[in-house]
Amino acid sequence: MHATEALAEADRLMTLCNSCRYCEGVCAVFPAMEMRRSFGDGDLNYLANLCHSCGACYYDCQFSPPHEFNVNVPQVLEQVRADSYAAYAWPGILSGAFARNGLVISIVLALSVAGFILGFRAAAGAAFLSVETGPGAFYRVMPHNTMALLFGLAFLYAMVALIMGVRKFWRDIGGTEDDLGSGSIWQAIKDASRLRYLDGGSAGCVNEDEKGNDRRKHYHHATFYGFMLCFAATCVATIYHYLFGRQAPYPWWDLPVVLGTLGGIGLIVGPVGLLAAKFRRDPDLMARSNRGMDVAFLVMLFLTSVTGILLLVLRATPALNPMLALHLGVVFALFVTMPYGKFVHGIYRFVALVRYAQEIRSGKTSIE
Amino acid sequence: MTDFSRKYDVLIAGGGNAALCAAISARRAGASVLVLEAAPKFYRGGNTRHTRNMRCAHDSATDTLTGPYPEEEFWNDLLRVTEGETNEELARHMIHESKEMLVWIREQGVRFQPSLGGTLSLGRTNSFFLGGGRAMLNALYLTAEGLGVDVAYDAEVVDLDIEHSFFKSATVRLGTEHRTVHAGTLVAACGGFESNIGWLKEYWGPPAENFLIRGTRYNQGGVLKLLLAKGVDRIGDPTQCHAVAIDARAPKYDGGIITRLDCVVLGIVVNEQAQRFYDEGEDVWPKRYAIWGRLVAGQPNQIAYIVFDAKSLKLFMPSCFPAIEAPSVRELAGKVGLDPSALEQTVATFNAAVQPGHFDHTQLDNCRTEGLTPQKSNWARRIDTPPYYVYPVRPGITFTYLGTRVDKHARMLMADGKPAANMFAAGEIMAGNVLGRGYAAGVGMTIGSVFGRIAGREAAINARN
Repeated sequence: MHATEALAEADRLMTLCNSCRYCEGVCAVFPAMEMRRSFGDGDLNYLANLCHSCGACYYDCQFSPPHEFNVNVPQVLEQVRADSYAAYAWPGILSGAFARNGLVISIVLALSVAGFILGFRAAAGAAFLSVETGPGAFYRVMPHNTMALLFGLAFLYAMVALIMGVRKFWRDIGGTEDDLGSGSIWQAIKDASRLRYLDGGSAGCVNEDEKGNDRRKHYHHATFYGFMLCFAATCVATIYHYLFGRQAPYPWWDLPVVLGTLGGIGLIVGPVGLLAAKFRRDPDLMARSNRGMDVAFLVMLFLTSVTGILLLVLRATPALNPMLALHLGVVFALFVTMPYGKFVHGIYRFVALVRYAQEIRSGKTSIE
Repeated sequence: MTDFSRKYDVLIAGGGNAALCAAISARRAGASVLVLEAAPKFYRGGNTRHTRNMRCAHDSATDTLTGPYPEEEFWNDLLRVTEGETNEELARHMIHESKEMLVWIREQGVRFQPSLGGTLSLGRTNSFFLGGGRAMLNALYLTAEGLGVDVAYDAEVVDLDIEHSFFKSATVRLGTEHRTVHAGTLVAACGGFESNIGWLKEYWGPPAENFLIRGTRYNQGGVLKLLLAKGVDRIGDPTQCHAVAIDARAPKYDGGIITRLDCVVLGIVVNEQAQRFYDEGEDVWPKRYAIWGRLVAGQPNQIAYIVFDAKSLKLFMPSCFPAIEAPSVRELAGKVGLDPSALEQTVATFNAAVQPGHFDHTQLDNCRTEGLTPQKSNWARRIDTPPYYVYPVRPGITFTYLGTRVDKHARMLMADGKPAANMFAAGEIMAGNVLGRGYAAGVGMTIGSVFGRIAGREAAINARN
């Protein structure tokens, strides 16, 4: 009846939770659950991606283990969520990347970094360790257009793969075209940007014990906004390059550097904080098999920012080209693995929030 | 750190809402406090684990309450559900104090939310705990422990040393070990005896073996029994308990809210012989759900079956177990071990007696049977649309009414009418003072919080003197 054991267990839990409803005020999962009386795989994948893993319902629940009803919503939905990433991956043949995600990401990262370093070494020859300064210093070995084309294609591929996955997910969870432009998407943007549902309904995210706090929320904000600032830095630099003919590297006070540095700091503090929170997390709340994927993504983000900042610090030294190759290798690996790693959690969760906003507007209910 | 060798100012037996409110209020009044919870940590809190709201008077709407609920209206509601079996002085005092409770309990970390889906009728009167009763308990425990209240789990009070009306010490079972704990005052906030099948059998006989208990197995009533044996005055009918019909597939203990069934009014209810035995549509469900436990308890083997058809399936809150389904009444009977011909006959007779009318499950609709005994007075519709459904039900015991008599300061009264020297009670163990019979949603928690707070404060003062 269900595609996986985790989905069958999620069905059991949601049926049980639906007859209790005490957690209705905790997050969006439970109100969305209440709009249903039975739970197909699409419904469960939707609910699983609405869940922000705040853990509050586990400690609030009178039926969580060791109770014989064994209600562990955060753990089961985490497993369903992780499985859903594979189920919606495009092309489907690559969904296996989620099975041993930590290993896959590590290999791609290693190959990518090795490729860039060897490529730089071969292309630069003796100039690999020379000191380069002035406009265009970054592009002496790899011309800007080559770099833009390579990364543009990688990014484009990631976008296409993500969009294909989202299409499948959206159809599966019963998404419609109602109110998309007129409010549901905007509502989802507001909910996602504030992490509205990562606070246990105001008591705080529960991570290591029953005391709620907002640490995971803050570290996630640092990560997300750090990422966005880095993205903005890249965009500004691209505009500088093509519109104003100003070539990198830019002075430390210039916009791309300021944005990139601030973002880089966020992308160091955030992932480190989230990793620490993950290792302190109550093991009962976690699905055992997903740690590799979670850690791989956080480490990748961390390496992106660390190599970026090292590049900034060392750009006037002979380490410029090795650091540039290293940084580009990490970023390239980040781009191509986007559709096949934890990055997708943000996409599917956002889409689930859009669907939730849509359902709230349509006034769905399970009791006639 | 719990130190069983020291003498605490206030010893609290119990670990639910009343106990924690008493502990916090005593501690805030400067007393040293030890809480003895008989259950292990996960099962702490007695029936509070399964609650979801409390009923407090208030003069205007709030962020989570839709309108005012004046003291007089609360009093009238209480008078109605208890049919006068209440102590007016205590009840009015509690209702008055409940107003401030809405503020006080928030200050102890408890959070509220608007009324839950399917409970809109309570949105004005009852404050719902965000995350339910266990979340509320967690907040109270965090606050109590932060204030320096000591808490011991798996700590059952097995004896009390009481001289005349003066509490001296308690004997506590900690695992296999027994310890004597001395304290200046005692607050008994450890509930009734609903989980004590042996005790229930004293009044109900062998049928009590078939009762399901909605709360944990730890509500044994041991302290209540000790207090009554040592001269504390009793209140409440010992034979009475709050019993509803719950899904017969529920576990023996701690099935909580999710085993309840709200579909009696939508179908017919038959016993083991596939015979109806009571008017299922006598009145709106909130006014009748609490009689069905007793009704089922009166049937052979304490089991009954709610039978309905496809028309009604989506008209009530789903329970945690799926309804048993079959394409015909005959097959349905077979699935639950009823005599197929007898059930067919009962359904056919019922269907033939159903009068035409305009069905409306949201109010008394006068859709009834004619010439049927017992009749169905409302919501009678032919059971004729497959698939057919059945839920087996048994009596589910929520709480008992027997308790200790108290005055408005939550001080226990002795059988000779004199106040106890240093013993107080709060919560279900003294609920019978206010709620002699019947029930109104959220009143148990009001009794617990208000008298818990009073008991803690008074015990702290008593311990100082």
